Amino acid sequence: MTTLTTLLPAALDASGTTTTGEAILFWVLAPIMVVGALGLLFARKAVHAALGVIVVMISLAFMYVAQDAVFLGIVQVVVYTGAIMMLFLFVLMLVGVDSSDSLTETLAGQRVVGIVAGLGLAVVLAGVIGRATYGAPVGLQDANAETNPVGLAKIVFGQHAFALEIVGALLVTAALGALVLTHRERLTPKRDQRQRADARVAALADGVVLTPLPAPGVYARHNAMDVPALGPDGRPLEASVPRVIRVRGQEADAREYAARIDRVLAGGWAADSEPPPQASEPLSGDEPATAALDAATSQTGQNGPAAAPDQSTEADR
Amino acid sequence: MTPHLAVATADFSQDNFWIVLLKGAAILVFLLTSVILAIWFERKVVGRMQIRPGPNVHGPFGLLQTVADAVKLLIKEDISVRAADKAVYLIAPAISVFAALLTLAVVPFGPAVSIFGHLTPLQLTDFPVAVLYILACTSVGAYGMMLGGWSSGSTYPLLGSVRSTAQVISYELAMGLSLVSVFVLAGSMSTSQIVESQSSFWYAVALPVAFILYVVSMIGEVNRLPFDLPEAEGELVAGYMTEYSSMKFAWFYLAEYINALNVSAVCTTLFLGGWRAPFPLSAINDGMLNTGWWPVLWFLVKVWLLMFFFVWVRGTLLRFRYDQFMNLGWKVLIPVALGWLVLVIAVKALQEFGSVNLRGPLFLIAGAVLLVALAVSFFIPDKKEVAPPEPEPEPFDAFAAGYPVPPLPGQVLPPSPRKLRAMAAAGATSDPKTTPEEEVDRA
Repeated sequence: MTTLTTLLPAALDASGTTTTGEAILFWVLAPIMVVGALGLLFARKAVHAALGVIVVMISLAFMYVAQDAVFLGIVQVVVYTGAIMMLFLFVLMLVGVDSSDSLTETLAGQRVVGIVAGLGLAVVLAGVIGRATYGAPVGLQDANAETNPVGLAKIVFGQHAFALEIVGALLVTAALGALVLTHRERLTPKRDQRQRADARVAALADGVVLTPLPAPGVYARHNAMDVPALGPDGRPLEASVPRVIRVRGQEADAREYAARIDRVLAGGWAADSEPPPQASEPLSGDEPATAALDAATSQTGQNGPAAAPDQSTEADR
Repeated sequence: MTPHLAVATADFSQDNFWIVLLKGAAILVFLLTSVILAIWFERKVVGRMQIRPGPNVHGPFGLLQTVADAVKLLIKEDISVRAADKAVYLIAPAISVFAALLTLAVVPFGPAVSIFGHLTPLQLTDFPVAVLYILACTSVGAYGMMLGGWSSGSTYPLLGSVRSTAQVISYELAMGLSLVSVFVLAGSMSTSQIVESQSSFWYAVALPVAFILYVVSMIGEVNRLPFDLPEAEGELVAGYMTEYSSMKFAWFYLAEYINALNVSAVCTTLFLGGWRAPFPLSAINDGMLNTGWWPVLWFLVKVWLLMFFFVWVRGTLLRFRYDQFMNLGWKVLIPVALGWLVLVIAVKALQEFGSVNLRGPLFLIAGAVLLVALAVSFFIPDKKEVAPPEPEPEPFDAFAAGYPVPPLPGQVLPPSPRKLRAMAAAGATSDPKTTPEEEVDRA
């Protein structure tokens, strides 16, 4: 403990009052914790609320360490901050980047039940805490005589061994329940990387492209994703523009860009029309193109259209 | 807990304010300069492994290359993405670096030395749960990656941060379990006591399985090849730091190398005897090399050997596929770590409560197991190259499925028109079944 007292002069002095060091630590951390806790309540984004909780947890760990409960303080960070909040954030991120809370209640009477349950819990807690009796404090020196973790271990695995076993059983049950609920029989044989590669090669004959699709005309002619690259024959390569942009009809008209270059080479001005030229009719007005593209993609499992080169030439003619 | 093994924690009673400050500053300077050196070292060693010189232009042996790179990085334009969540986007790299800088505070660089007349251990601080504190720092550091990826408001960084979360959670389990066997054997979680208890033999020797588990999971923990999935450049551009530039990017980069140094230092402390001199040296002059400032040298040598191991692994192995990586973590490392832990605790309990000295028999058993394994390895027959059955020659379609294709194994190329003419010219005198080689020889 000697080191900690040099770094954080924290323990109570002989008269039982807080030392200056601990008082300073408290008054620095307390406002931060309150702000973090308020952040949990009022933050609009779920991730910000989670960040507020993390701030409170880490500050709380500092407090524990300052009060000579080193093990508790560190385990607070390892378990709660490092694992549980991490899992929370993991789920929040996967659910959606911007999903702010929807305030419509899906369960009828949820609010009433919640209030009743909360009140009940408050009554139970008040009853238990009100009736609790405390033994005479032994003092930190005696409690941490055999170092903090050893003292704690003797209490947890000695006095409270039964409670610990029950909590252990509960956790194992929960883990097993999660395993059972998420278990699924495999209905189809597993396809490994080798088989998928073979299937793609076999589909080569159906016009599937094995190589990566051509990159868009970025850097070659222009600095935007929506400009198709030009093929060796001078025709725009439809497949070079990302599929999403094509499906949305946001593809730029490549011939217009090609014409610009020609104008510049001929000594004229680049800008003929001010706004960047958009394709007048996406994929020559062929609206079910989405379905066609999806079909082409799913058929091979490749992230690109199957018969794209043919389509582009048709669209251009 | 274990009276015969209990050794005193390092004694910090003579530390005063400026000694603590001095040690803290020394750790900071050590980490920052080591990172500069580590980047040069990695590029140089990887270069040699790939038979090219590596950086060799700026300064002697290219040593100033990293300095030049760092300055270039700092004076680049600092781009903030418009879709980013501004506050979190700024905080994330800072979290990474600060958490990375915290770890070495509890790592002992050497025994007690005299600094300006004060006898003090070469270690900023130590307390009964120091190793848990290291785990806490790494798990806070993971928030840097995670929040950085999320706050960028972009797909690849988000995927990178989701991967890093999953990776940290699953590999920290295996790492923690492998550390528990060290705690059990040392009877303490304080770093100075763990080093002290390795005076007779290193835990890398006593707990080989835990050592291997730790080494594997430490590579996973600091996101280096072959486990660098959160920033796999072939899949995610640069993962969680795709949208970062200039100084903010530099902070992530810095944190990554500091973390590599950190886990090397922790591995040295927990498994490789810490600052203790390796065996033949430790016997010289009654342990002279284990006193004074000498141990700093041994510590640094061990840390840099581990750094070399990092680079070696990077230069040798390919990146894991994500499912393989997760399978390794959950289906191999964690079960093995659990089994090993049970074994260690059983042996320890026998020793403690059965009051039998198992050290002699254990060494015998370990030696016997090694010998048997060695003997068995001689009797395992080499995998025989199973020759594929010679397939019947099948007709070859040069335009199968509409494309010009080469003959597959088992298909025979039909004679070329020129060869057909040659065969016709040779007429009935020559054997029509000549192989192409013979034909060429004849021509």
